[in-house]
Amino acid sequence: MTVSPYADRQVALVDLLDRLLQGGVVLTGDLVLSIADVDLVRIDLRAVIAPVAALVAADTARPTPPL
Amino acid sequence: MTDTATATATATATDTDTDTDTKTLTGGITATEIVYAYAVLRRTPEAVAAVADLHGIAGEPIHLLDSADRASELAVAVGPVPAADFDEAPLKSNLEDLSWLESTARGHHTVVAVLARCGATVLPLRLATVYRDQDRVRQALDARRDDFLSLLDRVTGHVELGVKIYASPDTAPSGPVRDPDRAPAARVLAAGVGAGRAYLAGRRRKRQSAEDAWQAATQAAARLTETAGGLAVDRVAHRPQRADLAGPVPGTNVSNDAYLVAADRVDDFRTRVLAAAEGLPGVRVELTGPWAPYSFAIPPEPVL
Repeated sequence: MTVSPYADRQVALVDLLDRLLQGGVVLTGDLVLSIADVDLVRIDLRAVIAPVAALVAADTARPTPPL
Repeated sequence: MTDTATATATATATDTDTDTDTKTLTGGITATEIVYAYAVLRRTPEAVAAVADLHGIAGEPIHLLDSADRASELAVAVGPVPAADFDEAPLKSNLEDLSWLESTARGHHTVVAVLARCGATVLPLRLATVYRDQDRVRQALDARRDDFLSLLDRVTGHVELGVKIYASPDTAPSGPVRDPDRAPAARVLAAGVGAGRAYLAGRRRKRQSAEDAWQAATQAAARLTETAGGLAVDRVAHRPQRADLAGPVPGTNVSNDAYLVAADRVDDFRTRVLAAAEGLPGVRVELTGPWAPYSFAIPPEPVL
């Protein structure tokens, strides 16, 4: 297993959203839109459903494990 | 000098009937554009080199916006994005469009990952952090300058690794779970016991062994978390990922944690966590990363 930091290998959207919606600096001040105003549960749920649907549709492409 | 480096300032013709100033604002931001902020970082030579040819979610050139206190070297990587997509109303609806959300999240991640790969220590910002102009970004940055500087110090030389633990009792080859589905039926035929009673007994056994397996898996997960925690400097628990549609991965995600690990201990962390998982019944572990320290960029005071 080669470990190249921050490799270009596509990350799973659900893992990315965990970080971009739950993590990350919350820079406040005069924002255009606070992400807290957005219905994140709905976004999360869609992010879960969509990859599953995509996998069912394209069953030729097996999900590659992250390692 | 800094803000104009990448500013191509193609003074786009804008509606003249709005009373918004159409002149080019600082850093090549025009009134039809707003500022998307990607990450807080220090203006190091690595960071400067990394943004030189870096483009953001709208294909826009990224540049570093400095803190008012130049001596601190604190900066934000920003890029001008179309107001048509990122102003409040369109942004709100765009965020509900999964394909838009995905490409924006990936674009944001690319900027963060390139900066990190080039050796910059970054504090990634939350998705869709947008401001009307650069002055407002700078104000927000300066308001928490000390927090950011100490967070940057803390994550320097570290990366984030994700560890997802799944309880998947069915994959346990040995242990208390032994084909609970078939055994009762076979016994019914062989012994001629009242079918109803045997069925109920079978159900009980099945439930009991599932509970045992679940308990073993959660204990194993706790041990694994302890092992991983010992190899990291910090841990943040994310919500376990839902698999209500029996997703592509078998098992139930029981923990979804992020660990802050010294960059030179990444291999060690992976090897030892995977080795620890190997001997545990009923759990499966998935590692992700290295990531920029998204989960550790949260300021000390709780904002949520």
